[in-house]
Amino acid sequence: MDISNYIYLSAILFTIGAIGVVVRRNAIVVFMCVELMLNAANLAFVTFSRINGNIDGQIASFFTMVVAACEVVVGLAIIVTMYRSCRSASVDDASLLKR
Amino acid sequence: MTTRNDLVYLIALPLFSSAFLLLLGKVANKWGHLFATLVSASTFGIGLYEFVAMRSRAGDARAATQKIFEWISVGTFKVDASLLLDQLSICFVLLITGVGTLIHIYSIAYMSHDKDRRRFFAYLNLFIAAMLLLVLGDSYLNLYVGWEGVGLASYLLIGFWNERPAYATAAKKAFVANRVGDIGLSLAIMIAFTQFGSVTFAGVKAGAPHASPAALTAIGAMILLAAAGKSAQFPLQSWLGDAMAGPTPVSALIHAATMVTAGVYLITRSNFIFDASSTARLLVVIVGAITLLFGAIVGTAKDDIKKALAASTMSQIGYMILATGLGPIGYAFAIMHLLTHGFFKASMFLGAGSVMHGMNDEVNMRRYGGLGKVMPITAITFGLGYLAIIGVPPFAGFYSKDKIIETAFNAGGTRGLVLGGAALLGAAITAFYMTRVVVLTFSGKKRWDDQAHPHESPSLMWIPMVLLSVGSVASGYLLSKGSALVHWLAPVVNPTSAEGGKELMRPIVVSELALGVVILGVFTAIVKYGKNVPVEAPHGSVLTRFARRDLGQDDFNHRVLVLPGQAITKGLVAMDFSFIDGVVRAVGWVLSYFSQSLKKVQNGYVRSYALLMTAGAIALLATIWLVTL
Repeated sequence: MDISNYIYLSAILFTIGAIGVVVRRNAIVVFMCVELMLNAANLAFVTFSRINGNIDGQIASFFTMVVAACEVVVGLAIIVTMYRSCRSASVDDASLLKR
Repeated sequence: MTTRNDLVYLIALPLFSSAFLLLLGKVANKWGHLFATLVSASTFGIGLYEFVAMRSRAGDARAATQKIFEWISVGTFKVDASLLLDQLSICFVLLITGVGTLIHIYSIAYMSHDKDRRRFFAYLNLFIAAMLLLVLGDSYLNLYVGWEGVGLASYLLIGFWNERPAYATAAKKAFVANRVGDIGLSLAIMIAFTQFGSVTFAGVKAGAPHASPAALTAIGAMILLAAAGKSAQFPLQSWLGDAMAGPTPVSALIHAATMVTAGVYLITRSNFIFDASSTARLLVVIVGAITLLFGAIVGTAKDDIKKALAASTMSQIGYMILATGLGPIGYAFAIMHLLTHGFFKASMFLGAGSVMHGMNDEVNMRRYGGLGKVMPITAITFGLGYLAIIGVPPFAGFYSKDKIIETAFNAGGTRGLVLGGAALLGAAITAFYMTRVVVLTFSGKKRWDDQAHPHESPSLMWIPMVLLSVGSVASGYLLSKGSALVHWLAPVVNPTSAEGGKELMRPIVVSELALGVVILGVFTAIVKYGKNVPVEAPHGSVLTRFARRDLGQDDFNHRVLVLPGQAITKGLVAMDFSFIDGVVRAVGWVLSYFSQSLKKVQNGYVRSYALLMTAGAIALLATIWLVTL
């Protein structure tokens, strides 16, 4: 199997994630799409690691996971707080600074 | 050349006293004036001691120096703060501290009702210190410090009653006019340094014979400009009349006896420059001759007693400047006239102050009249000063002024005739306007109203006047007896080197001529002002009105300097507003315009931000891809 297929998969996943972030309003879904983008990047890292025959890419993917875990903690907390104050999880309602 | 270590006290004492009185504040109000007077008197004591010590030394050892500290040391440029007390300086030291002390004593009474008397005395001491530094500095740069110091003291004292806007303006005017002269002095110092590599008098004197004529003329012209500013000579004369806004003792000390003569000192001190440049000498005599006539003519028209005396001061200093321009022999006569003038003009100014003291500060002579009866001592001392200034033998002015007229005639050729004629004409006008002052003030019927109660001044005021009038009687004879002053100053001004030139007229003829025109002037004034003096000044002829307006000096300055200056300023302000501010405003406007458009991007929707970020990332990647392709 051609190893470049992993790269294509990674690109497709990233694109789906990016489109999801832009078009969906629900904060949870947007959040999941962000996770999808991060994982697409991880997949690319691991693939490149394989192609290059060293483990640099794999190490980078661990960093990404740690960052993603932190991001989940902070992001979910923000979403919960937002929901409590606005009674809505729509990202379009979170434009208080503009108003 | 002798080295001494006590010269510095001459300057340090009054300087310390001034700072002490200013810093101490109200605490010193009770005794500040006595302290300042004591300091001034002890400075005079030191001056006398130095004079006696100098006389006991002989020949070259007479001049004394003291190095205080190394002031500037930059590369080859070295200036020491050091003092030089020679035959010329000691004349000034005695004049400044002697007349200064008498005026301190006078001021105790004159300023007794002023709530700021302590400050006044602190400024007087500051003036004494600065003026002594001016005459004691051994280099142009040290002199310059004193030169600026007396300018400052003069400014502070003219504007002493600065709660009156006119007086504050007069102080500013004096300061600005002096600054113009100061630029001349600083330029002279710079040219001297580039030419000779030294700014000490000795260094410049040593280099002067080898310098190019153009450089010497430039230095001479700049020194003359400085002298014109400080000594109120044409064309920078306009400040002196307004400077009479200061208290009268100030007018007597600073604006008659000492500070305004600093220009004469500077030119005399720089004799080696002027001896080497006949062009510079020519400029000096032109300025002197113009000013002596200018001041005399203005003096004939003034009704304000102090302004009439100020015009007279200007005219008399014109005589001194004229004398300094007449070559080596003239310097001693200039200094002699300076010393005698210091006595008789200070005496007359103090007399004027005494009259004002008794007349509720009235200065208009048309409102005086008949004061001789109620103020006999003032009238007599003023009268002695008057006889001295118009040059009646054997009073002081006769000796000093006749020498100048005589030397002017002896300058040779047409120049001698013109200068001598101008000096002689000046003597006639002097006799006229001074007689006018005396007649209007002391004789005739009383013209004051019932509010004034003229009375003789207290003894603290008339004793200095009496002493000064003794000086104005005797100083001329003492200084010229056996050419005492000429011989005394000979080592400094070197009068023998360029002696010679035939005499146009015998001295006795010149004296008779001068006496003749003086009698003519006195007689004319008595006829014109002897009786029936209107209290309101008559409209007068065109010439009278022109003279009353100081021969248009302020109008000239206003039209030629002030208005173009204001036009330039307005133009610069307009250019600043339209061009420089315009560019700044345009930058702001462009940025603001673009940010108005960019503002729309900030719509508050997270998703649109995300889209933009994505688009940006894609654009970045595309660019990198395109570049590396």
